[in-house]
Amino acid sequence: MTREMTGAEMVIQALKDQGVDTIFGYPGGAVLPIYDEIIQQEGLEHILVRHEQGAGHAAEGYARSTGKPGVALVTSGPGATNMVTALTDAMLDSIPLVCITGQVPTHLIGNDAFQECDTVGITRPCTKHNWLVRDVDDVSRILHEAFYVATSGRPGPVVVDIPKDVQFATGTYQGPTPNPAAAHKSYRPQVKGDAAGIRQAVEMMANAKKPILYTGGGVINSGPQACQLLRELASLTGFPITSTLMGLGAYPASGENWLGMLGMHGTYEANMTMHDCDVMVCIGARFDDRITGRTDAFAPNSKKIHIDIDPSSINKTVNVDLPIIGDVGHVLEDLVRIWRSSSTKVDKAAMKSWWGQIEKWRARNSLAYKPNNDVIMPQHAIQRLYELTKHRKTFISTEVGQHQMWAAQFYGFEEPNRWLTSGGLGTMGYGLPAAIGAQVAHRDALCVDIAGDASILMNIQEMSTAVQFGLPVKVFILNNQYMGMVRQWQQLLHGNRLSHTYTDSLPDFVKLAEAYGGVGFRVEKPGDLDGAIEEMIAVDKPVLFDCRVANLANCFPMIPSGKAHNEMLLPDEANDEAIANAISAEGKSLV
Amino acid sequence: MNAQNIDAPSAYFLAEVSDEIETHTLSVLVDNEPGVLARVIGLFSGRGYNIDSLTVSETEHEKHLSRITIVTTGTPMIIEQIRHQLDRLVPVHRVTDLTVRARRANQDKPLERELALVKVVGDGEKRLEALRLGDAFRATVIDATTGHFVFEITGRTSKIEQFIAIMKPLGLVEVSRTGVAAVQRGEEGL
Repeated sequence: MTREMTGAEMVIQALKDQGVDTIFGYPGGAVLPIYDEIIQQEGLEHILVRHEQGAGHAAEGYARSTGKPGVALVTSGPGATNMVTALTDAMLDSIPLVCITGQVPTHLIGNDAFQECDTVGITRPCTKHNWLVRDVDDVSRILHEAFYVATSGRPGPVVVDIPKDVQFATGTYQGPTPNPAAAHKSYRPQVKGDAAGIRQAVEMMANAKKPILYTGGGVINSGPQACQLLRELASLTGFPITSTLMGLGAYPASGENWLGMLGMHGTYEANMTMHDCDVMVCIGARFDDRITGRTDAFAPNSKKIHIDIDPSSINKTVNVDLPIIGDVGHVLEDLVRIWRSSSTKVDKAAMKSWWGQIEKWRARNSLAYKPNNDVIMPQHAIQRLYELTKHRKTFISTEVGQHQMWAAQFYGFEEPNRWLTSGGLGTMGYGLPAAIGAQVAHRDALCVDIAGDASILMNIQEMSTAVQFGLPVKVFILNNQYMGMVRQWQQLLHGNRLSHTYTDSLPDFVKLAEAYGGVGFRVEKPGDLDGAIEEMIAVDKPVLFDCRVANLANCFPMIPSGKAHNEMLLPDEANDEAIANAISAEGKSLV
Repeated sequence: MNAQNIDAPSAYFLAEVSDEIETHTLSVLVDNEPGVLARVIGLFSGRGYNIDSLTVSETEHEKHLSRITIVTTGTPMIIEQIRHQLDRLVPVHRVTDLTVRARRANQDKPLERELALVKVVGDGEKRLEALRLGDAFRATVIDATTGHFVFEITGRTSKIEQFIAIMKPLGLVEVSRTGVAAVQRGEEGL
């Protein structure tokens, strides 16, 4: 289909042809022609945010909760630079994002014009790809290509920078190509895994005495089918399974083989099982430093199989024995099929003794904390939130810090796409806009941002967005008046000198909620918690829930920087002295 | 990103793990579009990889394809990373590690040539010596006055280095080098 229209009309048409129903944006001089088209059409809902970073994270929340690409629209200059954090966040967590930025007219590019910046230059390292569109006849082709690049292979953010004169100009619109992967001249990621490699993987797994499945966000990115296949594989093999922060929900937390999350704040049983395994099957994860701890002591006696769609993830930080390049869903489909058709059996006796060992580690009860009748323990707050919301369709987003780790440890995720968190970049301020994005996509669902008192202030302005669009997101603030995770590190690394991690003059969150037109709650006693959470759920408005928790609680268990999986600091051993001496001089320079 | 650039998965994938620093020559076929060189260079600076030499020019005009030749150093693991990181850039069509290809064909190195323009100023015995040595190195004089020569010299990087070192005491004032161009020996094309 080709027809004549303006560049701005093409933007709207291309978005509709790509199946987009929602965009998150903020207007400005260089995108006025596009905004003039937005108001004259139906079918494409525009959510007006209060800061461009919010648009980016909301689009991420939309993408992560739906499996579809998120779309953001912002103006040139500061609009684009405000988007950089969200783009980088999406880059590190492999979230498909299409960001359209306005640019000054082509004849002014390079002149230091008003609100000009080198958007493609600035966003080059934080996008999968970006384009500056200089000719109106390229607008539709590039936009369709942008969706293809953002969503295929390892997903990621892309930027399409469109100068204002190109938006006004008239040209020829082209519809999407039916098979963009075949049509693209250079970008054709491999989705099908090598059959010989998969057969070899089956053999290695069948011969394993102490296996583990280590899964990540790639399983969720691959789609619901991949998650189903993962569950099938776990039940076929009986292998223990753990996941990174990004992969929570791919395998249900109530599942028989579940060990809990692994890594720096993972469970003792997950990390010990990783450390002692003989065959590790890494599925859609990337051996991040939060996962591996000290790499030279990482699962020292294991053979490693690595399934990943991105060849550059192979042998990046950890050498593997058997790489399988391909989409997790495709590879698992073949793996399960070959496993079944060859009637492969695991070594039952070995598995029994392996699980016996794992149960001993599990009995260590590494997530234990001291209950308290007078003060709300943050872990307890998450547990109650979980118990009171688990029967609903609930989406949980988080900010970054202790509350995020507690949420990952204590909230049980049964389904993929229900957990929205900033894993790779660790962006404070992610959670509220992400919850808004999820709520837009799932109007009937309960969307909760588990937040900290410091993080929530980083994008608090989005409360206004939630109120305007009738999005009843719930912000559950674990308020300890500290930047808790930074403080925890100061205790571990810097002799308990708490430099600038106590937040004086916090706002009154109840009044703040009311000022925005939402509803505020404050809870200080454990006995009031359940009732207040139920009230919060019942309110059909955005909520700030100020949950006052034990101020000095810390997040354990923990693998201190520079230590191995079997050198965890467990909650019952973490006294002041152990904390002060947990990290060696070498570990101090790590992040 | 091309499937053919991915080594066939095998349990012996990394049979030769080594921590020794090696020098490799990579050939990168890219769309000749604005910003493509910035993407490649930005990847190297952003991830802390080395560039010893970089040469770029459009090689297939009708398809608008450019060939970038990069000489880089690192451990085999790093060089493997560089290859895959380059390969996942959208406008990159193909990345070939010419050094690895040469090794697989039991050759010492790929064919590598560099061109340099070397200006030498002087008179008397030094001037004659410069001319004699230029001859010995098969350098061509492409510009001269009674006070100077400009030599054009082609060869492997080591030869150019040697020539420049020898010219230094004979009045070397300026050098311009193209960087390395490289192809694989034998009949096979990229």
